[in-house]
Amino acid sequence: MTDELPRTDAAANAVGADAYPAAGQPLLRIEGVAKTFGTFRAVDGVSLDIKAGEFFALLGPSGCGKTTLLRMLAGFEAPDEGRILLGGKDIAQALPHERPINMMFQNYALFPHLSVRDNIAFGLKRARLARAEIATRVAEMVALVKLEGLEKRKPDQLSGGQRQRVALARALARRPQLLLLDEPLAALDKKLRENTQGELMELQRRLGMTFIIVTHDQEEAMTMASRIGVMKAGKLAQVASPRELYEAPRSRWIAEFVGDINLFEAESKLRDGHRLIIGTSGAGALVVAEPREPVGAGKLSVAIRPEKVKLSRRGPVSEAGHETALNRLDGVIADICYLGGTTTYKVKLDTGGMVQASVANSARLDVDAYSLNQHVVAWFTPDDCVVLTS
Amino acid sequence: MHNISRLSRFNIASLALGLAFLYLPIIILVIYSFNASRLVTVWGGWSLRWYHEFFNDRAMIEAAWMSVKVAVSSATIATLLGTLTAVALSRGERFRGRTLFSGMLYAPLVMPEVITGLSLLLLFVALNAERGFWTVTIAHTTLTMCFVAVVVQSRLGSLDRSLEEAAMDLGCNPVRAFVAVTLPLIAPAIVAGWMLAFTLSLDDLVIASFTTGPGSATLPIRIYSEVRLGVKPEINAICTLVIGLIAVVIVIASLASKLSSSQGESAAPL
Repeated sequence: MTDELPRTDAAANAVGADAYPAAGQPLLRIEGVAKTFGTFRAVDGVSLDIKAGEFFALLGPSGCGKTTLLRMLAGFEAPDEGRILLGGKDIAQALPHERPINMMFQNYALFPHLSVRDNIAFGLKRARLARAEIATRVAEMVALVKLEGLEKRKPDQLSGGQRQRVALARALARRPQLLLLDEPLAALDKKLRENTQGELMELQRRLGMTFIIVTHDQEEAMTMASRIGVMKAGKLAQVASPRELYEAPRSRWIAEFVGDINLFEAESKLRDGHRLIIGTSGAGALVVAEPREPVGAGKLSVAIRPEKVKLSRRGPVSEAGHETALNRLDGVIADICYLGGTTTYKVKLDTGGMVQASVANSARLDVDAYSLNQHVVAWFTPDDCVVLTS
Repeated sequence: MHNISRLSRFNIASLALGLAFLYLPIIILVIYSFNASRLVTVWGGWSLRWYHEFFNDRAMIEAAWMSVKVAVSSATIATLLGTLTAVALSRGERFRGRTLFSGMLYAPLVMPEVITGLSLLLLFVALNAERGFWTVTIAHTTLTMCFVAVVVQSRLGSLDRSLEEAAMDLGCNPVRAFVAVTLPLIAPAIVAGWMLAFTLSLDDLVIASFTTGPGSATLPIRIYSEVRLGVKPEINAICTLVIGLIAVVIVIASLASKLSSSQGESAAPL
């Protein structure tokens, strides 16, 4: 039933829209935008390009400025510096109702005195569409978010998940060039959140719309977004695809913020062809692949994700070409954390450090499991290590 | 239920005592308004005689009509001004001295009425304004608009700001956002504010007696001057009617504010 919504029309019929760029073309350009509240610099010189059709996530801890940046895109705050270009036009000082951008609020901000239908129709009425056109579009939106039969309900007669859908339908009804979502799933419980993530992605793909989502949940950002901008203290720390962000974080802070990681402080550095041999305080000498970008002068550390650390009872399982280039660390199991799909082992190394290894529980019976105080060998390849500066 | 009945012996006693203290004089007044006797303190059987008397008392009816006119117009002006004040204080940009203004709003609530009345009288004399209907109305507006402002401001304060932002996001300019979203949501508080202003104006004696002029006495002034010459049973009948009117208004006002707060809950997220 939802196939009726033609994706090209969505952009062409947008309320007050200028020409909508084709997918992949630049849509939004943020240039050196800054915002200060009193003496607090909430957003500090952010520059970013968003392409049409992108699902972009702004990720960061609370207070990093991601919501302020989003509110500047919506027009609720005016930037003190910089420009915001939408389709080439500077909208930095435009009022919210003058922008072809809509926002879905964190608490949904549904109008409590209006029914589901009137909530969704609210923006369409302001756009002075014909009554028949409004009715068609509302029906379209109701079908899109699967709220049939609830059109006459008031927001307080809906469940949390249903309210979330109304908020989404209301924001989409005007067919904005850009949809902003402020922590859209924060108020839902875990199971519902996971389902809704999938639905949001599906919807974004089908409508071919550009979404910018703000979230503090790195898993949510990784699941949904095609590109992630990590913010820290008002600045963009890294903009990358989820994979790049996880596997090649640019700094130690990002590596620790996105997922779990083992970190070893570097004490010395030696070049050996295409490899570096780094002496660490906790794990002795580690062989790592030479980073693509030359490492800076700052304090170095070697990082390795827990799922890339393998455990075995004796030596490493021999793999062609790897035998000579493995990092092999002896230790005993100090802690076991069973998580269902995986088990995380903490291994106390003979060299003094601690390493976490995440092992997939690929067999139902615990024949492969390790027990406390068991001697194990933790090993990983040089390519799985990342050299980070702090 | 069990819990309530166990505690109730003491509670019923204190409740009865408290209510008796508040309402016994009023009940006696209401009963004596139906007294057939000419003597206020002697019971002479049931009768509607004094109600009949009141409706034939031209001067008294005129005073009652004046009171209603003053109450309706001052409540309406006060509601308008009070609502605007509340909106300016809770929605306007943060300006220097906003907290001071908010605090100053409460001053008329605690100011002795004699002082308010006297200062208004001095103002009207200085302006050489002819005292009568309009001066009483203006005086009552000054008294009651801060009550309205306080009621509306508390409602605005509990309203989610993002509702207005959502309206602007969906194509409303700030004024339209206020009319389309904020106004319907604070309407019950505005109604409650009007009712409050109406009753305050209706039963005010002190400020009215300072600011009124010859020929435009309000009902409380009229009653007070009659009583000074001795209490006629007719006064009991008038007072019973006024009590009835105020009771109705208060019930409507509390229903309106109840409606207002139940809508506020749905505005909040789960």
